[in-house]
Amino acid sequence: MDSIIGQGIDRIDGRAKITGAAAYAADKRAPDMAHGAIVTATIARGRITSIESTTARNTLGVLMVMTHENAPRQAPFQARADDRHARPKPQLASDEVQHFGAPVALVVAETPEAARAAADSVTVVYEKSAGVFELGDASRDAYDPLKASEGESSDSHIGAVDAAFDAARTRIDAIYTTPYQCHAMMEPHASLASWQNGKLTVWSSLQLIESAHKSIADTLLLEPDHVEVISEYVGGGFGGKLPVHADAILAALAARELGRPVRIVLTRQQMFHVTTHRPASIQRVRLGADADGTLTSIAHQSLSQSARADEFSEPIVNATRSLYAAPNRLTSQRIATLDLPVPDSMRAPGEAIGLLALEQAMDELAVALDMDPIALRLRNEPEQDPEKRVPFSTRALVPCLTEGARRFGWDRRRKQPGTTRDGRWLVGMGMAAAIRGNFLRKASARVTLKSARRAVVEMDMTDIGTGSYTVLAQIAAEVLGLPVENIEVRLGHSGYPDTPGSGGSFGASSCGAALHDACTKLKARLAAGEGAQGLSAEGHVTPGEDYKKYSQFAYGAHFAEVGVDETTGEVRLRRMLGVFSAGRILNAKTARSQLIGGMIWGVGAALEEEAVVDPRFGAFITRDLASYHVPVHADVPDVDAILLDELDPHANVLGSKGVGELGICGAGAAIANAVYNACGARVRSYPITLDKVLPTLLDRME
Amino acid sequence: MRPFTFERPTSIAAATLAASQLGGKFIAGGTNLLDLMKVDVERPTSLVDISALPLRDFGATAEGGLRIGALVSNTDIASDNRIREAYPVLAEALLNGASAQLRNQATAGGNLMQRTRCPYFYDVFMPCNKRQPGSGCSAIGGYSRLHAILGASRDCIAVHPSDMAVALTALQAEIEVHAPSGVVRTLPICALHRLPDETPDHDTSLAPGELISAIILPPPARGKQAYRKVRDRASFAFAVVSVAAILDCSSRTVRDVRLALGGVAHKPWQPRAAERALVGAPASGASFEAAARAAVAGAEPQPGNQFKIDLARRLIARTLTDLAARGG
Amino acid sequence: MPQSHPISSAAWPTTRLTINGQKHELTVDPRTTLLDTLRDHLGLTGSKKGCDHGQCGACTVLVNGARMNACLSLVAMRHGDEIVTIEGLGESETLHPLQQAFWTHDGLQCGFCTPGQICSAVGMFREIEHGVPSAAMANVAATPSLDAVEVRERMSGNICRCSAYPNIVAAILDSRQGHAG
Repeated sequence: MDSIIGQGIDRIDGRAKITGAAAYAADKRAPDMAHGAIVTATIARGRITSIESTTARNTLGVLMVMTHENAPRQAPFQARADDRHARPKPQLASDEVQHFGAPVALVVAETPEAARAAADSVTVVYEKSAGVFELGDASRDAYDPLKASEGESSDSHIGAVDAAFDAARTRIDAIYTTPYQCHAMMEPHASLASWQNGKLTVWSSLQLIESAHKSIADTLLLEPDHVEVISEYVGGGFGGKLPVHADAILAALAARELGRPVRIVLTRQQMFHVTTHRPASIQRVRLGADADGTLTSIAHQSLSQSARADEFSEPIVNATRSLYAAPNRLTSQRIATLDLPVPDSMRAPGEAIGLLALEQAMDELAVALDMDPIALRLRNEPEQDPEKRVPFSTRALVPCLTEGARRFGWDRRRKQPGTTRDGRWLVGMGMAAAIRGNFLRKASARVTLKSARRAVVEMDMTDIGTGSYTVLAQIAAEVLGLPVENIEVRLGHSGYPDTPGSGGSFGASSCGAALHDACTKLKARLAAGEGAQGLSAEGHVTPGEDYKKYSQFAYGAHFAEVGVDETTGEVRLRRMLGVFSAGRILNAKTARSQLIGGMIWGVGAALEEEAVVDPRFGAFITRDLASYHVPVHADVPDVDAILLDELDPHANVLGSKGVGELGICGAGAAIANAVYNACGARVRSYPITLDKVLPTLLDRME
Repeated sequence: MRPFTFERPTSIAAATLAASQLGGKFIAGGTNLLDLMKVDVERPTSLVDISALPLRDFGATAEGGLRIGALVSNTDIASDNRIREAYPVLAEALLNGASAQLRNQATAGGNLMQRTRCPYFYDVFMPCNKRQPGSGCSAIGGYSRLHAILGASRDCIAVHPSDMAVALTALQAEIEVHAPSGVVRTLPICALHRLPDETPDHDTSLAPGELISAIILPPPARGKQAYRKVRDRASFAFAVVSVAAILDCSSRTVRDVRLALGGVAHKPWQPRAAERALVGAPASGASFEAAARAAVAGAEPQPGNQFKIDLARRLIARTLTDLAARGG
Repeated sequence: MPQSHPISSAAWPTTRLTINGQKHELTVDPRTTLLDTLRDHLGLTGSKKGCDHGQCGACTVLVNGARMNACLSLVAMRHGDEIVTIEGLGESETLHPLQQAFWTHDGLQCGFCTPGQICSAVGMFREIEHGVPSAAMANVAATPSLDAVEVRERMSGNICRCSAYPNIVAAILDSRQGHAG
């Protein structure tokens, strides 16, 4: 029989989603449910001096107004913890405002209409303090987060970078900037909290059930076994639902106070400040090379935003440590504390924006060397991980580059910018490498036979659109020798065995390996003669030595063709291809979907996405989907992803690697490089909007 | 949303009377009014649903033009064969605006009455003279990339978001208005919207309770028409800059030209000087380039939107060049 | 400070409309949108609230056959109208061809935008049949036809942040082909 694992079967949760039956957090109902609306701060830093809520309290249907003056006691904020997403998330805990849009009051009413209107009538008076809102301004006070916490530098330094760079025949020294970006998942954060017999149930939209469970229980000073957290369907996460947010905590607090269930749904506008975002960055890349393109030095230094309310460091330069060979190397990561909302992980934290800089710098170097950018990368292929100095578990960058070039028709690319045209469009091609770290996390799974032919899988894993339900069913089916339709997968419940959840592309491999173990154990017990009915086994996985002995990454290569309107500077993608290698693929269909999705995120990052800060208010000004642009259908022409056959024996028992983030890594740089090839505009400040391209066109034409 | 009463009058007289009361507002498609009510910018105490009024007629006028009832949807205007064939600039403008869903919902009158998308207008806690007269203009000195370069004032640099109104301006359409008194008047489209001056809280010249009942198109203009919209993504985005152009050439000479610009001012902007310079001039790239320069000659940009001057100039020149190349 | 007391329920308008073939007479707070009515009063949660401002399309439903954003309509404005939501598309056990095509082509990931995408595509097919032009057409006076470029332009009111776009377009074209054939 062909392997079930890897087959591109249709999502097993597909029917629920296409019929509208899948119930997301805001779709849940409870008898006698009340509705909460959050009031948010209109200053960026300072103190609340008074809150006038008489009108709100007197509004018909209003049940309560909660502010820092009457909020129940909660656990205090912790600056550091092993699991940042499991920390307490106290709400309305003091009169201090740490960023614009922070919750300052909650209104609960019989209807959502009454709650919203009453919330709008709450007047908060503040005493404002000065804040710092611009990354450039804060650079003097930037610091090394690792050094601050553990005393070790987060820099890597090998050889003599400065000397090698100065001596290099060809040099690139450029600053790249990336803006604030928002997850902008389609489903706004939402929670329904209900108490019964002293036990709290929270239906919420979360990526990490175990962390959320601990965070909610600890915040409310509850025993963990008095709290149940459920996320059966999650309408997109991308990192934005790693933490527990105010909706869950406030719903739980209000439901306890009122003795009835409370639902809170964030508005789209609130999401931009109440939840997290990807920090802006300033990156300097220096590359030195010999005449034949051999890199003699690589230096990649990053500065990104952290927040006064909570520290976060985006690992921007991590991939640079492993991507290309060079004897002299420097990477460093600094963060600066601003009085803006709290940043956190967003799809491929680190690589997603680090490669926007590094892979554009490589293109600039290829131009300076008059060398094909693929040849430049082939020239600098390392034998082993150049900084960890251990072998790669697998490394298929070269086949991705060569196969992609062949399929895309790279040989038709003209080297000279502005020489290919299609009507009013100046046409160009660009490419970039993709690299994304592969991780395995501790995970557990339980499989139970309902009969000899039917099994139930239970894990607190989530499916945020990644296909978890489906790939886990495939793994159980294969190991147990059952058809996929005989496997029922139950996810997203804190009562199920702990998993690392959805984040960092480690979910499928970690959960899959744990489930593989559980099914293998179950099978052994069946073979030993135990009865099938009700037989249950738990399986586990923990990362082993192979993650120290080998450098583990997934790889790929992006190829993009863009058109630049010769008059207006508008950039439109024409076609895009990604070729990837990510270990064994668990489901060819859902993996391809995730990779394509990631690539289109790269399109957004390259051309559209920017949350604009107005430093006078310390606030994001673009806070809806009309002003924070993400790609729409018309922005996305022919985009395809090809997966090369691979099995990584060092990754896990399945040989798989994560694919959820690989697609975005480098994708935007391929587009930036295509823009250069199309018209000669080298835009180092993302996103590449038409106003940044226009000056080059003016120089060209006039 | 703040509380409001809701009524469905069946006569124009009843509707205009109801809406002329303090706190009264017409609602038709609702696509912008509800958007603004949800963020607390608009706080009507009484909503007058005009969808039952007899304003859906869409027919020929005695003069050879078209009369479009105010309740005709944006989709239905753009789909009408008379519009597509004789007024393509209008169909193109409509189809380049919003999304299919919004075009199905939004009405002709509502399209004209939509308000600016300036982000500071949308945040009730930030100063905005349009929303709260005298509070100041946050866009000046702020995020002004999409703001006005022409006709702005010290009190407001907002732009009007409608694509349709830009095409109607080039077409020299007229707007029919019913007053609560029963008086019916028509005004040229260019007199509907106003420049901000010192009273940016007034988007239009309409008095309280006045209701747009129809858009009247003159007989089809001679020449070729086009609507070109520059935007930050390929669809479903407001204009960075747009141009509606009607060019009538005869033996390589410009006989008549009409231009209107979107995304540059508080109202659809008519570059009269450019039009005047072109009439009688050769239909050449050089004339078009000179006219385009004249169109933006008085521009006063913000630090964040200087690029719009070059962009508008290049867009005008190219659009005219393309139209001339189509012949006629 | 404007007072925030709801208008007395005695003054609430009554709205008669048909939803998925079933007649309803509703007397609700006039602030209630069509979307919130479907979701909170009628239990039809298939239509999603992604932005509540007509900027994402997740709430797309069919109103008298035309696709609209249910979030930007008060239910009181839909007096006498016929509404179809995702729950009303298929026939009890049989999926609508578009639903099946979305599933087969993996035109969804998280699934949150999916009901809106499917309803929007149904509305788009009707628009093509009625000759509604689009901005993707070189000549607006021409008769519209459906290809990938047209689908992309016409579906741009439905955002998919998972970015299943290529698969959604493939699903729509495949379904259309089956429909026509």
